Amino acid sequence: MASYPETVAEIATALAKGEFSSVEITRHFLDRIADVDASLNCFINVCEAHALRQAAAADKLLAEGASGPLTGVPYAHKDIFCTNGIETTCGSRILDGFVAPYSATVSELLDLAGMVLLGKTNMDEFAMGSSNETSYYGPVTNPWKSGSVPGGSSGGSAAAVAARLAPCATGTDTGGSIRQPSAFCGISGLKPTYGRVSRYGMIAFASSLDQGGPMATNALDLALMMNVISAFDAKDSTSVERPAEDYAASLDLPIAGTKIGIPRQFFDDALDAEVGSRISAARSELETLGAICVEIDLPHMGLAIPAYYVISSAECSSNLSRYDGVRFGYRCENPADLDDLYCRSRSEGFGAETKRRVLVGTYALSAGYYDAYYRKAQQIRRLIQQDFRDAFTSVDVIMGPTSPTTAFPIGQKTDDPVAMYLSDIYTTAVNLAGLPALSIPVGFAEEMPVGMQLIGNYFDEAGLLRVAHQYQTTTDWHRRSPPTARRVT
Amino acid sequence: MAISDDQVRAIARLARIEISDRDIPSFSTQLSQILEFVAQMDAIDTHDVEPLAHPLDLEARCRADEVLESEIRDVYQSVAPQVEDGLYLVPKVID
Repeated sequence: MASYPETVAEIATALAKGEFSSVEITRHFLDRIADVDASLNCFINVCEAHALRQAAAADKLLAEGASGPLTGVPYAHKDIFCTNGIETTCGSRILDGFVAPYSATVSELLDLAGMVLLGKTNMDEFAMGSSNETSYYGPVTNPWKSGSVPGGSSGGSAAAVAARLAPCATGTDTGGSIRQPSAFCGISGLKPTYGRVSRYGMIAFASSLDQGGPMATNALDLALMMNVISAFDAKDSTSVERPAEDYAASLDLPIAGTKIGIPRQFFDDALDAEVGSRISAARSELETLGAICVEIDLPHMGLAIPAYYVISSAECSSNLSRYDGVRFGYRCENPADLDDLYCRSRSEGFGAETKRRVLVGTYALSAGYYDAYYRKAQQIRRLIQQDFRDAFTSVDVIMGPTSPTTAFPIGQKTDDPVAMYLSDIYTTAVNLAGLPALSIPVGFAEEMPVGMQLIGNYFDEAGLLRVAHQYQTTTDWHRRSPPTARRVT
Repeated sequence: MAISDDQVRAIARLARIEISDRDIPSFSTQLSQILEFVAQMDAIDTHDVEPLAHPLDLEARCRADEVLESEIRDVYQSVAPQVEDGLYLVPKVID
Protein backbone atom coordinates (compact mmCIF):
# COMPACT_ATOMS: atom_id res chain seq x y z
CA MET A 1 0.00 0.00 0.00
CA ALA A 2 1.14 3.53 -0.77
CA SER A 3 2.25 5.57 2.20
CA TYR A 4 -0.48 7.47 3.98
CA PRO A 5 -1.06 11.11 3.05
CA GLU A 6 0.00 13.39 5.93
CA THR A 7 -1.40 16.88 5.58
CA VAL A 8 -5.01 18.02 5.52
CA ALA A 9 -4.72 19.02 1.85
CA GLU A 10 -3.05 15.73 0.88
CA ILE A 11 -5.66 13.68 2.73
CA ALA A 12 -8.52 15.64 1.14
CA THR A 13 -7.03 15.03 -2.32
CA ALA A 14 -6.44 11.33 -1.66
CA LEU A 15 -10.04 10.94 -0.44
CA ALA A 16 -11.43 12.81 -3.45
CA LYS A 17 -9.42 10.62 -5.83
CA GLY A 18 -10.52 7.48 -4.00
CA GLU A 19 -6.91 6.47 -3.24
CA PHE A 20 -7.85 5.94 0.39
CA SER A 21 -11.14 5.73 2.25
CA SER A 22 -11.79 7.89 5.29
CA VAL A 23 -12.07 4.70 7.35
CA GLU A 24 -8.54 3.70 6.25
CA ILE A 25 -7.11 7.13 7.04
CA THR A 26 -8.95 7.29 10.37
CA ARG A 27 -7.79 3.77 11.29
CA HIS A 28 -4.22 4.83 10.50
CA PHE A 29 -4.35 7.79 12.90
CA LEU A 30 -6.13 5.75 15.60
CA ASP A 31 -3.37 3.16 15.31
CA ARG A 32 -0.73 5.87 15.62
CA ILE A 33 -2.47 7.20 18.74
CA ALA A 34 -2.65 3.70 20.23
CA ASP A 35 1.02 3.16 19.47
CA VAL A 36 2.49 6.49 20.58
CA ASP A 37 0.17 8.39 22.90
CA ALA A 38 0.88 6.42 26.06
CA SER A 39 4.26 8.18 26.13
CA LEU A 40 2.96 11.63 25.08
CA ASN A 41 -0.46 11.95 26.80
CA CYS A 42 -1.88 14.21 24.06
CA PHE A 43 -5.41 12.84 24.39
CA ILE A 44 -7.74 12.91 27.37
CA ASN A 45 -10.27 10.84 25.48
CA VAL A 46 -9.88 8.94 22.20
CA CYS A 47 -13.23 8.48 20.44
CA GLU A 48 -12.43 5.37 18.42
CA ALA A 49 -15.92 3.97 17.80
CA HIS A 50 -17.35 7.43 17.17
CA ALA A 51 -14.51 8.27 14.76
CA LEU A 52 -14.97 5.09 12.75
CA ARG A 53 -18.72 5.75 12.50
CA GLN A 54 -18.06 9.30 11.29
CA ALA A 55 -15.47 8.02 8.82
CA ALA A 56 -17.90 5.45 7.40
CA ALA A 57 -20.53 8.18 7.04
CA ALA A 58 -17.94 10.39 5.31
CA ASP A 59 -17.07 7.59 2.88
CA LYS A 60 -20.75 7.33 2.00
CA LEU A 61 -20.91 11.08 1.28
CA LEU A 62 -17.73 10.86 -0.79
CA ALA A 63 -19.16 7.95 -2.79
CA GLU A 64 -22.40 9.85 -3.39
CA GLY A 65 -20.58 12.98 -4.50
CA ALA A 66 -22.20 14.86 -1.62
CA SER A 67 -18.97 15.68 0.17
CA GLY A 68 -17.34 19.01 1.06
CA PRO A 69 -13.65 19.92 0.75
CA LEU A 70 -12.65 18.32 4.07
CA THR A 71 -15.20 15.50 4.34
CA GLY A 72 -13.54 12.45 5.85
CA VAL A 73 -10.42 14.29 7.11
CA PRO A 74 -9.68 13.44 10.77
CA TYR A 75 -8.91 16.06 13.42
CA ALA A 76 -8.13 16.28 17.13
CA HIS A 77 -10.36 18.57 19.19
CA LYS A 78 -9.16 20.58 22.19
CA ASP A 79 -11.13 19.40 25.21
CA ILE A 80 -12.45 22.92 25.80
CA PHE A 81 -15.04 22.64 23.00
CA CYS A 82 -18.30 21.03 24.12
CA THR A 83 -19.27 17.92 22.18
CA ASN A 84 -22.78 16.61 22.68
CA GLY A 85 -22.61 13.05 23.98
CA ILE A 86 -18.81 13.01 24.33
CA GLU A 87 -17.03 13.93 27.56
CA THR A 88 -15.65 17.50 27.82
CA THR A 89 -13.34 18.13 30.79
CA CYS A 90 -11.46 21.36 30.03
CA GLY A 91 -8.52 19.64 31.74
CA SER A 92 -10.19 20.03 35.13
CA ARG A 93 -11.29 17.65 37.84
CA ILE A 94 -14.37 19.83 38.31
CA LEU A 95 -15.60 18.72 34.86
CA ASP A 96 -14.31 15.14 35.06
CA GLY A 97 -16.98 12.98 33.45
CA PHE A 98 -18.99 15.99 32.23
CA VAL A 99 -20.93 15.23 29.05
CA ALA A 100 -22.27 18.46 27.58
CA PRO A 101 -25.92 18.36 26.56
CA TYR A 102 -25.10 20.47 23.49
CA SER A 103 -22.23 21.05 21.07
CA ALA A 104 -20.06 24.11 20.56
CA THR A 105 -20.71 25.89 17.27
CA VAL A 106 -17.16 24.97 16.19
CA SER A 107 -17.89 21.30 16.94
CA GLU A 108 -21.08 21.51 14.87
CA LEU A 109 -19.28 23.15 11.95
CA LEU A 110 -16.63 20.42 11.95
CA ASP A 111 -19.39 17.80 12.04
CA LEU A 112 -21.26 19.50 9.22
CA ALA A 113 -18.08 19.54 7.14
CA GLY A 114 -17.95 15.75 7.56
CA MET A 115 -14.65 15.84 9.43
CA VAL A 116 -13.79 12.95 11.74
CA LEU A 117 -13.25 13.56 15.47
CA LEU A 118 -10.35 11.36 16.63
CA GLY A 119 -10.49 12.47 20.25
CA LYS A 120 -10.35 15.32 22.75
CA THR A 121 -6.91 16.72 23.50
CA ASN A 122 -5.17 17.45 26.77
CA MET A 123 -4.77 21.05 27.89
CA ASP A 124 -3.91 23.23 30.85
CA GLU A 125 -6.83 23.36 33.29
CA PHE A 126 -9.37 25.85 31.91
CA ALA A 127 -6.65 26.86 29.42
CA MET A 128 -4.72 28.57 32.22
CA GLY A 129 -1.12 27.74 31.61
CA SER A 130 1.77 27.87 29.19
CA SER A 131 3.11 24.34 29.61
CA ASN A 132 0.18 21.92 29.80
CA GLU A 133 1.33 21.03 33.32
CA THR A 134 -1.80 22.28 35.09
CA SER A 135 -4.02 19.59 33.51
CA TYR A 136 -5.83 17.29 35.93
CA TYR A 137 -5.03 14.54 33.40
CA GLY A 138 -1.27 14.96 33.71
CA PRO A 139 1.33 16.78 31.63
CA VAL A 140 1.88 16.26 27.90
CA THR A 141 5.38 15.46 26.68
CA ASN A 142 6.88 17.41 23.82
CA PRO A 143 7.32 14.92 20.95
CA TRP A 144 10.70 16.50 20.13
CA LYS A 145 12.20 15.84 23.55
CA SER A 146 11.00 13.61 26.31
CA GLY A 147 10.78 15.57 29.56
CA SER A 148 10.12 18.91 27.87
CA VAL A 149 6.78 20.70 27.88
CA PRO A 150 4.76 21.04 24.65
CA GLY A 151 3.72 24.56 25.64
CA GLY A 152 0.19 25.46 26.51
CA SER A 153 -2.54 25.70 26.95
CA SER A 154 -3.31 23.84 23.68
CA GLY A 155 -0.39 21.49 24.42
CA GLY A 156 -2.19 18.24 23.60
CA SER A 157 -3.34 19.56 20.23
CA ALA A 158 0.14 20.84 19.33
CA ALA A 159 1.91 17.65 20.40
CA ALA A 160 -0.66 15.48 18.58
CA VAL A 161 -0.13 17.33 15.29
CA ALA A 162 3.66 17.38 15.73
CA ALA A 163 3.77 13.63 16.42
CA ARG A 164 1.49 13.07 13.40
CA LEU A 165 -1.26 11.58 15.58
CA ALA A 166 -3.69 13.90 13.78
CA PRO A 167 -3.26 15.99 10.63
CA CYS A 168 -4.82 19.02 12.30
CA ALA A 169 -6.42 20.11 15.55
CA THR A 170 -8.43 22.84 17.15
CA GLY A 171 -6.98 25.11 19.79
CA THR A 172 -7.93 28.22 21.73
CA ASP A 173 -5.78 31.26 22.37
CA THR A 174 -6.39 33.65 25.27
CA GLY A 175 -2.82 34.89 25.66
CA GLY A 176 -0.83 32.71 23.28
CA SER A 177 -2.31 29.26 23.82
CA ILE A 178 -2.37 28.36 20.10
CA ARG A 179 0.82 30.15 19.03
CA GLN A 180 3.20 29.27 21.88
CA PRO A 181 2.58 25.47 21.82
CA SER A 182 2.71 25.58 18.01
CA ALA A 183 6.16 27.18 18.31
CA PHE A 184 7.33 24.71 20.97
CA CYS A 185 6.17 21.70 18.93
CA GLY A 186 7.28 22.91 15.48
CA ILE A 187 3.83 23.22 13.91
CA SER A 188 1.67 26.01 12.48
CA GLY A 189 -1.16 27.61 14.44
CA LEU A 190 -3.48 30.56 13.86
CA LYS A 191 -5.29 32.73 16.39
CA PRO A 192 -7.97 34.52 14.35
CA THR A 193 -9.29 38.04 14.92
CA TYR A 194 -11.44 38.18 18.04
CA GLY A 195 -15.01 37.40 16.99
CA ARG A 196 -14.13 35.50 13.79
CA VAL A 197 -14.63 32.02 15.29
CA SER A 198 -17.65 31.44 17.51
CA ARG A 199 -17.06 31.08 21.24
CA TYR A 200 -20.44 29.40 21.78
CA GLY A 201 -19.84 26.14 23.64
CA MET A 202 -16.14 26.90 24.03
CA ILE A 203 -15.67 26.82 27.79
CA ALA A 204 -14.92 30.38 28.91
CA PHE A 205 -11.67 31.46 30.54
CA ALA A 206 -11.41 35.21 29.77
CA SER A 207 -14.26 36.10 27.47
CA SER A 208 -12.87 39.33 25.98
CA LEU A 209 -9.64 37.53 24.99
CA ASP A 210 -10.58 33.91 24.16
CA GLN A 211 -10.52 32.92 20.51
CA GLY A 212 -10.59 29.49 18.89
CA GLY A 213 -8.47 28.62 15.89
CA PRO A 214 -6.78 25.90 13.83
CA MET A 215 -3.48 24.06 14.34
CA ALA A 216 -1.82 22.00 11.60
CA THR A 217 1.56 21.36 10.03
CA ASN A 218 1.33 24.16 7.45
CA ALA A 219 -0.41 27.40 6.45
CA LEU A 220 -2.48 25.90 3.62
CA ASP A 221 -4.05 23.45 6.08
CA LEU A 222 -4.77 26.31 8.50
CA ALA A 223 -6.58 28.12 5.68
CA LEU A 224 -8.65 25.02 4.85
CA MET A 225 -9.57 24.59 8.53
CA MET A 226 -10.49 28.28 8.81
CA ASN A 227 -12.88 27.83 5.89
CA VAL A 228 -14.73 25.31 8.06
CA ILE A 229 -14.70 26.91 11.52
CA SER A 230 -14.99 30.64 10.89
CA ALA A 231 -18.57 31.79 10.53
CA PHE A 232 -20.94 34.31 12.02
CA ASP A 233 -22.86 32.80 14.92
CA ALA A 234 -25.96 34.43 16.37
CA LYS A 235 -25.45 32.35 19.53
CA ASP A 236 -22.24 34.26 20.33
CA SER A 237 -23.01 37.91 21.10
CA THR A 238 -19.42 38.89 20.21
CA SER A 239 -19.38 37.01 16.88
CA VAL A 240 -18.62 39.37 14.02
CA GLU A 241 -21.03 39.60 11.08
CA ARG A 242 -18.86 39.40 8.00
CA PRO A 243 -19.29 37.50 4.77
CA ALA A 244 -17.62 34.09 4.52
CA GLU A 245 -14.15 34.16 3.07
CA ASP A 246 -12.04 31.59 1.20
CA TYR A 247 -8.81 31.77 3.18
CA ALA A 248 -7.01 29.53 0.70
CA ALA A 249 -7.86 31.63 -2.38
CA SER A 250 -4.95 34.07 -2.28
CA LEU A 251 -2.20 31.90 -0.79
CA ASP A 252 -0.33 31.62 -4.08
CA LEU A 253 -0.03 35.35 -4.67
CA PRO A 254 3.55 36.56 -4.23
CA ILE A 255 4.47 38.69 -1.21
CA ALA A 256 6.89 40.98 -3.03
CA GLY A 257 6.37 44.49 -1.74
CA THR A 258 4.61 43.37 1.46
CA LYS A 259 5.77 45.63 4.28
CA ILE A 260 6.73 43.73 7.40
CA GLY A 261 7.26 45.58 10.67
CA ILE A 262 9.87 44.25 13.08
CA PRO A 263 9.15 45.60 16.57
CA ARG A 264 12.31 46.53 18.46
CA GLN A 265 10.54 45.55 21.67
CA PHE A 266 10.39 41.90 20.53
CA PHE A 267 14.18 41.67 20.48
CA ASP A 268 14.80 42.41 24.14
CA ASP A 269 16.95 40.87 26.86
CA ALA A 270 14.42 38.09 27.39
CA LEU A 271 14.98 36.68 23.90
CA ASP A 272 17.26 33.65 23.74
CA ALA A 273 20.17 34.41 21.42
CA GLU A 274 19.76 31.30 19.28
CA VAL A 275 16.01 31.83 18.94
CA GLY A 276 16.81 35.40 17.93
CA SER A 277 19.22 34.28 15.23
CA ARG A 278 16.64 31.88 13.78
CA ILE A 279 14.13 34.74 13.62
CA SER A 280 16.73 36.91 11.86
CA ALA A 281 17.31 34.14 9.33
CA ALA A 282 13.54 33.93 8.75
CA ARG A 283 13.49 37.68 8.20
CA SER A 284 16.17 37.31 5.51
CA GLU A 285 14.13 34.57 3.88
CA LEU A 286 11.07 36.84 3.77
CA GLU A 287 13.22 39.59 2.24
CA THR A 288 14.42 37.14 -0.40
CA LEU A 289 10.74 36.65 -1.27
CA GLY A 290 10.49 40.38 -1.83
CA ALA A 291 9.06 41.51 1.50
CA ILE A 292 10.28 44.85 2.78
CA CYS A 293 11.22 44.66 6.46
CA VAL A 294 11.29 47.81 8.55
CA GLU A 295 11.96 48.38 12.24
CA ILE A 296 8.96 49.63 14.18
CA ASP A 297 8.10 50.46 17.78
CA LEU A 298 5.28 49.14 19.94
CA PRO A 299 6.09 51.32 22.94
CA HIS A 300 3.73 49.77 25.50
CA MET A 301 4.58 46.14 24.74
CA GLY A 302 6.38 45.74 28.07
CA LEU A 303 3.12 46.30 29.94
CA ALA A 304 1.16 43.68 28.02
CA ILE A 305 1.79 40.80 30.42
CA PRO A 306 0.88 42.72 33.60
CA ALA A 307 -2.30 44.10 31.96
CA TYR A 308 -3.10 40.69 30.53
CA TYR A 309 -2.84 38.93 33.90
CA VAL A 310 -5.10 41.44 35.60
CA ILE A 311 -7.77 41.35 32.87
CA SER A 312 -7.66 37.60 32.25
CA SER A 313 -7.69 36.78 35.98
CA ALA A 314 -10.56 39.19 36.62
CA GLU A 315 -12.61 37.67 33.81
CA CYS A 316 -11.74 34.13 34.90
CA SER A 317 -12.80 34.76 38.50
CA SER A 318 -16.16 35.87 37.17
CA ASN A 319 -16.52 33.09 34.57
CA LEU A 320 -15.54 30.33 36.98
CA SER A 321 -18.13 31.34 39.56
CA ARG A 322 -20.51 29.08 37.62
CA TYR A 323 -18.77 26.01 39.02
CA ASP A 324 -20.74 25.67 42.21
CA GLY A 325 -21.45 21.95 42.51
CA VAL A 326 -25.18 22.49 41.92
CA ARG A 327 -26.08 22.38 38.23
CA PHE A 328 -23.23 20.38 36.69
CA GLY A 329 -19.72 19.22 37.39
CA TYR A 330 -18.04 17.94 40.53
CA ARG A 331 -19.83 18.04 43.88
CA CYS A 332 -18.04 17.32 47.17
CA GLU A 333 -19.15 14.45 49.41
CA ASN A 334 -21.53 15.10 52.32
CA PRO A 335 -21.68 18.92 52.34
CA ALA A 336 -22.56 20.27 55.81
CA ASP A 337 -24.50 23.20 54.35
CA LEU A 338 -24.83 25.18 51.12
CA ASP A 339 -21.73 27.26 51.76
CA ASP A 340 -19.69 24.15 52.48
CA LEU A 341 -21.01 22.66 49.23
CA TYR A 342 -19.80 25.68 47.21
CA CYS A 343 -16.43 25.96 48.97
CA ARG A 344 -15.44 22.32 49.04
CA SER A 345 -16.74 21.50 45.54
CA ARG A 346 -14.63 24.34 44.13
CA SER A 347 -11.61 23.68 46.35
CA GLU A 348 -11.53 19.97 45.56
CA GLY A 349 -12.43 20.51 41.89
CA PHE A 350 -9.98 23.27 40.92
CA GLY A 351 -6.21 22.84 40.70
CA ALA A 352 -3.62 25.23 42.19
CA GLU A 353 -3.10 27.50 39.15
CA THR A 354 -6.83 27.94 38.60
CA LYS A 355 -7.23 28.85 42.27
CA ARG A 356 -4.35 31.35 42.06
CA ARG A 357 -5.94 33.08 39.08
CA VAL A 358 -9.41 33.14 40.62
CA LEU A 359 -7.88 34.69 43.75
CA VAL A 360 -5.90 37.29 41.79
CA GLY A 361 -9.03 38.17 39.83
CA THR A 362 -11.18 38.34 42.94
CA TYR A 363 -8.64 40.63 44.59
CA ALA A 364 -8.33 42.86 41.49
CA LEU A 365 -12.10 43.28 41.34
CA SER A 366 -12.69 43.73 45.06
CA ALA A 367 -13.85 47.02 46.57
CA GLY A 368 -11.07 49.57 46.78
CA TYR A 369 -8.77 47.86 44.28
CA TYR A 370 -10.81 48.02 41.08
CA ASP A 371 -9.32 51.31 39.85
CA ALA A 372 -5.75 50.36 40.70
CA TYR A 373 -5.89 47.04 38.89
CA TYR A 374 -8.78 46.34 36.53
CA ARG A 375 -9.38 49.88 35.31
CA LYS A 376 -5.65 50.54 35.02
CA ALA A 377 -5.19 47.34 32.99
CA GLN A 378 -8.02 48.33 30.66
CA GLN A 379 -6.39 51.71 30.11
CA ILE A 380 -3.12 50.02 29.21
CA ARG A 381 -5.10 47.74 26.93
CA ARG A 382 -6.24 50.85 25.04
CA LEU A 383 -2.63 52.04 24.70
CA ILE A 384 -1.50 48.67 23.41
CA GLN A 385 -4.30 48.58 20.86
CA GLN A 386 -3.32 52.10 19.76
CA ASP A 387 0.32 50.99 19.34
CA PHE A 388 -0.84 48.34 16.88
CA ARG A 389 -3.23 50.71 15.09
CA ASP A 390 -0.36 53.15 14.61
CA ALA A 391 1.95 50.40 13.38
CA PHE A 392 -0.56 49.14 10.83
CA THR A 393 -0.76 52.55 9.18
CA SER A 394 2.71 51.89 7.78
CA VAL A 395 3.14 48.08 7.63
CA ASP A 396 1.02 45.14 6.40
CA VAL A 397 2.25 42.53 8.85
CA ILE A 398 4.28 42.48 12.06
CA MET A 399 6.89 39.78 12.56
CA GLY A 400 8.91 38.52 15.52
CA PRO A 401 9.52 35.51 17.75
CA THR A 402 6.51 33.63 19.15
CA SER A 403 8.18 32.85 22.48
CA PRO A 404 11.49 34.01 23.99
CA THR A 405 12.84 30.46 24.35
CA THR A 406 12.25 26.98 23.00
CA ALA A 407 10.34 24.37 25.06
CA PHE A 408 11.58 24.18 28.65
CA PRO A 409 11.84 21.11 30.89
CA ILE A 410 8.74 19.82 32.66
CA GLY A 411 8.73 21.14 36.24
CA GLN A 412 11.15 24.03 35.59
CA LYS A 413 8.63 26.85 36.09
CA THR A 414 5.80 25.23 38.03
CA ASP A 415 6.72 26.91 41.33
CA ASP A 416 7.25 30.33 39.79
CA PRO A 417 4.03 31.61 38.22
CA VAL A 418 5.60 34.88 37.04
CA ALA A 419 8.42 33.08 35.19
CA MET A 420 5.78 30.90 33.53
CA TYR A 421 3.76 33.98 32.50
CA LEU A 422 6.81 35.48 30.79
CA SER A 423 6.76 32.60 28.32
CA ASP A 424 3.90 34.54 26.68
CA ILE A 425 5.75 37.87 26.61
CA TYR A 426 5.33 38.31 22.82
CA THR A 427 1.83 36.86 22.44
CA THR A 428 -0.53 38.42 25.01
CA ALA A 429 -0.57 41.92 23.46
CA VAL A 430 -2.23 40.45 20.37
CA ASN A 431 -5.14 39.14 22.46
CA LEU A 432 -5.52 42.44 24.30
CA ALA A 433 -5.85 44.16 20.91
CA GLY A 434 -8.00 41.35 19.41
CA LEU A 435 -5.77 40.97 16.34
CA PRO A 436 -5.10 37.83 14.28
CA ALA A 437 -1.66 36.21 14.57
CA LEU A 438 -0.02 32.93 13.71
CA SER A 439 3.10 30.95 14.50
CA ILE A 440 5.03 28.85 11.99
CA PRO A 441 8.23 26.84 12.44
CA VAL A 442 11.41 28.54 11.21
CA GLY A 443 14.15 26.20 12.38
CA PHE A 444 15.74 24.83 15.51
CA ALA A 445 17.73 26.02 18.49
CA GLU A 446 19.62 23.19 20.17
CA GLU A 447 17.43 20.71 18.28
CA MET A 448 14.18 22.21 19.56
CA PRO A 449 11.72 23.98 17.24
CA VAL A 450 11.60 27.77 17.00
CA GLY A 451 8.41 29.58 16.01
CA MET A 452 8.04 32.86 14.12
CA GLN A 453 5.03 34.97 14.96
CA LEU A 454 3.23 36.97 12.29
CA ILE A 455 0.63 39.50 13.46
CA GLY A 456 -1.93 40.96 11.06
CA ASN A 457 -4.40 43.79 11.00
CA TYR A 458 -8.02 43.09 11.99
CA PHE A 459 -9.60 40.41 9.75
CA ASP A 460 -6.47 40.01 7.63
CA GLU A 461 -6.09 36.29 8.35
CA ALA A 462 -5.82 35.70 4.59
CA GLY A 463 -2.88 38.12 4.33
CA LEU A 464 -1.10 36.46 7.26
CA LEU A 465 -1.67 32.99 5.86
CA ARG A 466 -0.32 34.11 2.48
CA VAL A 467 2.96 35.33 4.00
CA ALA A 468 3.22 32.08 5.97
CA HIS A 469 2.40 29.95 2.92
CA GLN A 470 4.91 31.77 0.71
CA TYR A 471 7.57 31.26 3.40
CA GLN A 472 6.68 27.56 3.46
CA THR A 473 6.95 27.22 -0.33
CA THR A 474 10.67 28.04 -0.13
CA THR A 475 11.53 26.41 3.20
CA ASP A 476 10.91 22.94 4.61
CA TRP A 477 10.92 23.51 8.39
CA HIS A 478 7.20 22.71 8.46
CA ARG A 479 7.89 19.29 6.98
CA ARG A 480 10.31 18.31 9.76
CA SER A 481 8.81 15.87 12.21
CA PRO A 482 10.11 14.51 15.51
CA PRO A 483 11.42 10.94 15.89
CA THR A 484 8.13 9.91 17.53
CA ALA A 485 6.36 10.76 14.27
CA ARG A 486 8.66 8.58 12.20
CA ARG A 487 8.28 5.41 14.23
CA VAL A 488 6.94 2.66 12.01
CA THR A 489 3.61 1.35 13.24
CA MET B 1 2.64 44.78 47.07
CA ALA B 2 2.71 42.09 49.75
CA ILE B 3 -0.41 40.13 50.54
CA SER B 4 -0.75 38.84 54.11
CA ASP B 5 -1.98 35.42 55.10
CA ASP B 6 -5.15 37.02 56.46
CA GLN B 7 -5.76 38.82 53.18
CA VAL B 8 -5.43 35.53 51.31
CA ARG B 9 -8.02 34.01 53.66
CA ALA B 10 -10.36 36.95 53.04
CA ILE B 11 -10.00 36.79 49.24
CA ALA B 12 -10.41 33.02 49.27
CA ARG B 13 -13.57 33.46 51.31
CA LEU B 14 -14.94 35.91 48.70
CA ALA B 15 -14.11 33.44 45.93
CA ARG B 16 -15.65 30.51 47.85
CA ILE B 17 -12.38 28.63 47.75
CA GLU B 18 -10.96 26.90 50.81
CA ILE B 19 -7.22 26.96 51.27
CA SER B 20 -5.72 24.85 54.01
CA ASP B 21 -3.55 26.54 56.65
CA ARG B 22 -0.63 24.54 55.32
CA ASP B 23 -1.04 26.07 51.82
CA ILE B 24 -1.77 29.66 52.89
CA PRO B 25 1.91 30.79 53.06
CA SER B 26 2.73 29.62 49.56
CA PHE B 27 -0.41 31.30 48.19
CA SER B 28 0.53 34.55 50.01
CA THR B 29 4.03 34.43 48.56
CA GLN B 30 2.89 33.68 45.01
CA LEU B 31 0.03 36.20 45.02
CA SER B 32 2.46 38.83 46.36
CA GLN B 33 4.88 38.02 43.53
CA ILE B 34 2.10 38.29 40.96
CA LEU B 35 0.86 41.62 42.34
CA GLU B 36 4.38 42.99 42.53
CA PHE B 37 4.85 42.03 38.89
CA VAL B 38 1.52 43.57 37.92
CA ALA B 39 2.52 46.81 39.70
CA GLN B 40 4.73 47.57 36.67
CA MET B 41 1.54 49.07 35.24
CA ASP B 42 2.04 52.03 37.59
CA ALA B 43 5.10 53.05 35.59
CA ILE B 44 2.97 55.04 33.17
CA ASP B 45 0.38 57.72 33.63
CA THR B 46 -2.97 56.66 32.20
CA HIS B 47 -4.92 59.55 33.63
CA ASP B 48 -6.65 60.56 30.39
CA VAL B 49 -6.87 57.14 28.79
CA GLU B 50 -10.32 55.69 28.15
CA PRO B 51 -10.43 52.08 29.43
CA LEU B 52 -10.83 49.41 26.73
CA ALA B 53 -13.14 46.61 27.84
CA HIS B 54 -13.34 44.86 24.53
CA PRO B 55 -11.13 44.78 21.42
CA LEU B 56 -13.84 45.42 18.85
CA ASP B 57 -16.38 48.20 18.76
CA LEU B 58 -19.33 45.91 19.11
CA GLU B 59 -22.89 46.86 19.80
CA ALA B 60 -25.27 44.46 21.45
CA ARG B 61 -27.34 42.71 18.81
CA CYS B 62 -31.08 42.62 19.28
CA ARG B 63 -33.50 40.07 17.95
CA ALA B 64 -37.24 39.67 17.94
CA ASP B 65 -38.61 38.45 21.25
CA GLU B 66 -39.61 35.01 20.04
CA VAL B 67 -39.33 31.60 21.65
CA LEU B 68 -36.56 29.78 19.76
CA GLU B 69 -35.84 26.82 22.00
CA SER B 70 -38.00 24.00 23.15
CA GLU B 71 -38.30 22.90 26.76
CA ILE B 72 -35.20 20.82 27.48
CA ARG B 73 -34.97 21.08 31.25
CA ASP B 74 -34.54 17.35 31.65
CA VAL B 75 -31.61 17.29 29.24
CA TYR B 76 -29.82 20.06 31.14
CA GLN B 77 -30.59 18.44 34.47
CA SER B 78 -29.21 15.11 33.29
CA VAL B 79 -25.71 16.40 34.08
CA ALA B 80 -26.57 17.80 37.52
CA PRO B 81 -25.12 16.13 40.63
CA GLN B 82 -28.53 15.82 42.33
CA VAL B 83 -32.04 16.61 41.10
CA GLU B 84 -35.53 15.63 42.10
CA ASP B 85 -38.82 16.35 40.30
CA GLY B 86 -37.11 18.89 38.07
CA LEU B 87 -35.47 20.71 40.97
CA TYR B 88 -31.78 21.01 41.81
CA LEU B 89 -31.13 19.68 45.29
CA VAL B 90 -28.81 21.46 47.72
CA PRO B 91 -28.37 21.17 51.50
CA LYS B 92 -31.14 22.80 53.51
CA VAL B 93 -30.78 26.61 53.50
CA ILE B 94 -33.63 27.63 55.85
CA ASP B 95 -34.35 25.78 59.11
